Amino acid sequence: MPSIYEVEETNKMVEQENLDIRTITIGISLFDCMDADLDKCNEKIYKKITGVARDLVKVGTEIEKEYCIPIVNKRISVTPIATVGSACCKSPEDYVTIAHTLDRCAKELGVNFIGGYSAIVSKGMTTYDEYLIRSIPMAMRDTQFICSSVNVGSTKTGINMDAIRLMGEIVKETAELTKDNDSLGCAKLVVLCNAPDDNPFMAGAFHGITEADQIINVGISGPGVVKTALESVRGESFEVLCETIKKTAFKITRVGQLVAKEASEKLGIPFGIIDLSLAPTPAIGDSVADILHEIGLEYAGAPGTTAALAMLNDQVKKGGVMASSYVGGLSGAFIPVSEDQGMIDAVEAGALTIEKLEAMTCVCSVGLDMIAIPGDTPATTIAGMIADEAALGMINQKTTAARLIPVIGKTVGDNVEFGGLLGHAPVMPVNSYSCAEFVNRKGRIPAPIHSFKN
Amino acid sequence: MENQKSNRTIITVVGKDTVGIIAKICTYLSDNGINVNDISQTIVQGYFNMMMIVDFAASKKPFDQVQKELEELGKEIGVNVKCQKAEIFDMMHRI
Repeated sequence: MPSIYEVEETNKMVEQENLDIRTITIGISLFDCMDADLDKCNEKIYKKITGVARDLVKVGTEIEKEYCIPIVNKRISVTPIATVGSACCKSPEDYVTIAHTLDRCAKELGVNFIGGYSAIVSKGMTTYDEYLIRSIPMAMRDTQFICSSVNVGSTKTGINMDAIRLMGEIVKETAELTKDNDSLGCAKLVVLCNAPDDNPFMAGAFHGITEADQIINVGISGPGVVKTALESVRGESFEVLCETIKKTAFKITRVGQLVAKEASEKLGIPFGIIDLSLAPTPAIGDSVADILHEIGLEYAGAPGTTAALAMLNDQVKKGGVMASSYVGGLSGAFIPVSEDQGMIDAVEAGALTIEKLEAMTCVCSVGLDMIAIPGDTPATTIAGMIADEAALGMINQKTTAARLIPVIGKTVGDNVEFGGLLGHAPVMPVNSYSCAEFVNRKGRIPAPIHSFKN
Repeated sequence: MENQKSNRTIITVVGKDTVGIIAKICTYLSDNGINVNDISQTIVQGYFNMMMIVDFAASKKPFDQVQKELEELGKEIGVNVKCQKAEIFDMMHRI
């Protein structure tokens, strides 16, 4: 039986330290919605999604009440739309109609996001992949709840530089088409390398082709809980520090496991994975940068940040894998700039630069995330930054990503407001030297050698 | 046994100490057929902190209604009453 102290500890985590379940995500396969007729395909997609996920929001709210734990988002991920629409989409505009259908599903169901407006082009691009990619700016302009991702490389295949060059332009175009909202479209568009098939976190969520027809994936959060736990071990050794992080990660993950099992049972959909990520929000105290500060860095970005983050990330995983047998997705500490008040403070203090963030992404999830850059940054430079991140992922056999927001009409020193979980961000300076000749070469970077690791 | 387990609920009451908190909560529970298995309580600096383990097996009302009514009862007394299924604590604190 639980003791009064244990009950108090749990409730304090929720009430004061922002412990929450970030998302229950239902993965839905849309393979059976493929059709040579575009209208029929759209109709099938609408029917399938609104059928499978009809109780998602209701069940999420029920679980929230029963355990008094907030479930911040209810989401859906679907089979990469490039594949689903391959038989009927003859132009980018055709793909946009599917984006509209997905948006309609989200509104009807009351879910927060639908992910999977995606193409997997790690090695090569088909015509329909290219149509989808070219439709992304319009889709992001026209829809509210759709998240888009493109996988441009992997450790096994190398990096598709043609796709990266195209994505540089697409990111720029998306920014342009959504410039009235501070280029918000780019906040829902991510370019990945080694994208996992079962990630419940946006914007990179999609239901991979290796997955079952329907599956429940749960993403946990809780940087505030880790930070508070570390306050009690100030000045202690690394051993004590690591033990504390592991124990806390275990507890947080167990709550995720409980919610996942419960949701799976109530919805009659099998449980997939728990994503053990420390996902910050703009709320005060819900910050990964604050954990780094508590570990002993004046600001995130100070020398030692990469080491501290590597340790944090590893301990979170070590604690979490004991708590759930099925861990998947991205699983690690997220370092999005605009969604983390501590990161924003570090940027404003001049402690954190894009180059340091890039180094940090070598040791944690996920990449250059939610970074506002000047609106006049050339497409080739954006492509270069994406290529750098993809290379880190490819060589280190990990998922990396770039979610860069070239804010049209704004420059270094300006502030951008995205609202909600996406937060706000100062526009960060980008290295202004050109990489155009490099990016404009055709073809792909070959897969890396798996020996001589130096 | 499995069914019994899922009926186990934790009620926590936190607030300024005053006469009759336990009496009022327990009266409500007994009126609604909810059995109290265990009570522990502390008072720290005038603040009342109580935890009850109760069983919903014979409850006359559904969980969410009891949750709501207890919350309202808490407001009348001037304390914060929370009603949660016990599994969240078992999961977090037991291997």
